[in-house]
Amino acid sequence: MNVTINGEARDVPAGATVADAVLSLTNATSGIAVAVNDEVIRRSAWEATELTEQDKIEVLTAVQGG
Amino acid sequence: MDELVIAGEKFSSRLIMGTGGAPSLEVLDQALVASGTELTTVAMRRLDPGAPGSVLDVLRRRDIKVLPNTAGCYTAGEAVLTARLAREALGTPWVKLEVIADERTLLPDPIETFDAAERLVADGFVVLPYIGDDPALARRLEQAGCAAVMPLGAPIGSGLGIRNPHNIELIVEAASVPVILDAGIGTASDAALAMELGCDAVLLATAVTRAQRPEVMASAMRGAVEAGRLARLAGRIPKRRYAEASSPMSK
Repeated sequence: MNVTINGEARDVPAGATVADAVLSLTNATSGIAVAVNDEVIRRSAWEATELTEQDKIEVLTAVQGG
Repeated sequence: MDELVIAGEKFSSRLIMGTGGAPSLEVLDQALVASGTELTTVAMRRLDPGAPGSVLDVLRRRDIKVLPNTAGCYTAGEAVLTARLAREALGTPWVKLEVIADERTLLPDPIETFDAAERLVADGFVVLPYIGDDPALARRLEQAGCAAVMPLGAPIGSGLGIRNPHNIELIVEAASVPVILDAGIGTASDAALAMELGCDAVLLATAVTRAQRPEVMASAMRGAVEAGRLARLAGRIPKRRYAEASSPMSK
């Protein structure tokens, strides 16, 4: 299944979840937020939210700025 | 005690620091401590698995409240999504709303900013919008429920100081929410002037983080904000065209 994680094309197994997408980048869970197709996915829903073909996943954190 | 109050939250420091531009987290840490700041902005970006350390660790260690911004957004829609992501990631409904019009000037887009502010207020955010030095827009944003207004002194990172002190005074006169001078500060006298004009606080980053000695400049800014605030509270003498003797003239 083809998805995009932070702008990079990825091939993930069917049934992969938002939690799996986050885990592919980091083991951390705090200080991170996820949007799938421009909708915020609450942390409590990461495990239960399955990815679908062509999903655009953004995994963000705070950096120096402003 | 002369506290800054934003949305019911009290701060004893009137200097809000940004974290952008510091050469390292160590330098940033030293500058933050020297500034005495209690509220500090961060930006939201794609997670970089190779990034060494996190600005959040620094803020947590120093017990500084985090103020996420929406820097890099060009539309209200982008800013609203970024604010929601920041709320989820950082657990705060506070947001420095920043919607820029173009990359060259980084000037705020008033139409998109107002649109985003209305949507974020309706969604329960504590909204601190970055705006031009426009008294009418400042008033409209306050009416829309913003917790503060943050007019610029000059474009971001320019260090040009306060280009239109008169407009900043007009914004201060009309506002009943805190006015935070944001962007354009170059050196300590700019920060002092902002406070003398009646601003409730100053937000700056580049002037400290890109100074040759950030920690020393952070101390200078701290002193300038305190001095400017005291001068404002003290009430300055009126300006006169001619001298007024301070010693008795008669012998």
